[in-house]
Amino acid sequence: MSGIAENFKNGVLVSNPVFVLLLGLCPTLAVSTSIDNAIGMTGAVLFVLLLSNIIVSIIRKWIPESVRIPVFIVIIATFVTIVDLILKAYFPPLSKSLGIFVPLIVVNCIILGRAEAFASKNTILDSAADAFGIATGFLLAIFIISFIREVLGSGKLAFFGLFELSIPGLSTHPLSIFILPMGAFMVIGLLLALFRHTGVVRNE
Amino acid sequence: MSSFGTYFGLFLGMALINNFVLTKFLGLCPFFGVSKKLKSAFSMGIAVTFVMLIASLATWPIFYQILEPRDLDYMKIVVFILIIASLVQIVEMSIKRTNVTLYNALGIYLPLITTNCAVLGVALLNIQESYNLMESIVGALGAGVGFTLVLCIMSGIRERLEECDIPKPFRGMPIAFMVATMLGMAFLGFTGMV
Repeated sequence: MSGIAENFKNGVLVSNPVFVLLLGLCPTLAVSTSIDNAIGMTGAVLFVLLLSNIIVSIIRKWIPESVRIPVFIVIIATFVTIVDLILKAYFPPLSKSLGIFVPLIVVNCIILGRAEAFASKNTILDSAADAFGIATGFLLAIFIISFIREVLGSGKLAFFGLFELSIPGLSTHPLSIFILPMGAFMVIGLLLALFRHTGVVRNE
Repeated sequence: MSSFGTYFGLFLGMALINNFVLTKFLGLCPFFGVSKKLKSAFSMGIAVTFVMLIASLATWPIFYQILEPRDLDYMKIVVFILIIASLVQIVEMSIKRTNVTLYNALGIYLPLITTNCAVLGVALLNIQESYNLMESIVGALGAGVGFTLVLCIMSGIRERLEECDIPKPFRGMPIAFMVATMLGMAFLGFTGMV
């Protein structure tokens, strides 16, 4: 059991995909305008990552070494198509606001990277734990960024229409730079500097 | 508006106003990964522009001639990524055979481009915005030129930053993100130009 827990922890902290490895930056920065988008994106990423890790791990002994990357890409693309269709059918507003970044999960380095570096060498259970760990790490990163951007940029905090909280002062005069694209660069840049200064996560 | 004007507007819009890197967040990996030296940044930009062009040229007819008439448009993600991957492979092999100088300049960047979201992004945007073939090509060219431009500006700034005394926690990636923030603000000035 400790092996699985270790794999999970490794994904969240030691090799946090966004803050440490700086992978998957495009979706992280693009959909972090609101917490709803961030959670929806993480759901889609988890779905694709978990299933592709499991499938790659199952068939890892039959994939010829030389064509493994195309095989991984086709497996990933299949699950991305599935998640894209599911989102379109059952969560149309979410699908609309995530837009092109759902199909672009295909070329997300996190997923191909895990298939290549982990799932193609490990058992099914370990690969699934790794997928959950990496997805939690991704969630942690995208949640922090989107929380800051939503609170400062729009002055309110909403969670899938369940509750909505306006922050006095900020909601009438929001700092709209945080909602604009460069706000994302600023937030992640400051966060990385802060993490390095305090020594929470290490990256070169 | 004349048709030339329309295309020129589309080109400028893709290159400057809706810049792929700074406003659409596409192609960030090479933007931060290959922007340390001006020379390699320029080569990467040219390689991406070229692949974007041929990818648009190839995916557009395949979508409208093969996938759409057979109601297979949900297959576009799988088909597009395979087309792009094989195109990149073909281009790499043909450059290697025909022009060694060019291969030495661009070769190492080509495999990276397969998993560059800007290329797949351009192919998918062409379909999403229902551009015709000519608009797709002009749009792809604009996106590529915009990408190259921003990559070169970024690498120029980063080359200068090498010699600066940056506060310790900001060294490396954080300062690159801050530079991107400033660039994004500067490019905001293009809004409303077309």
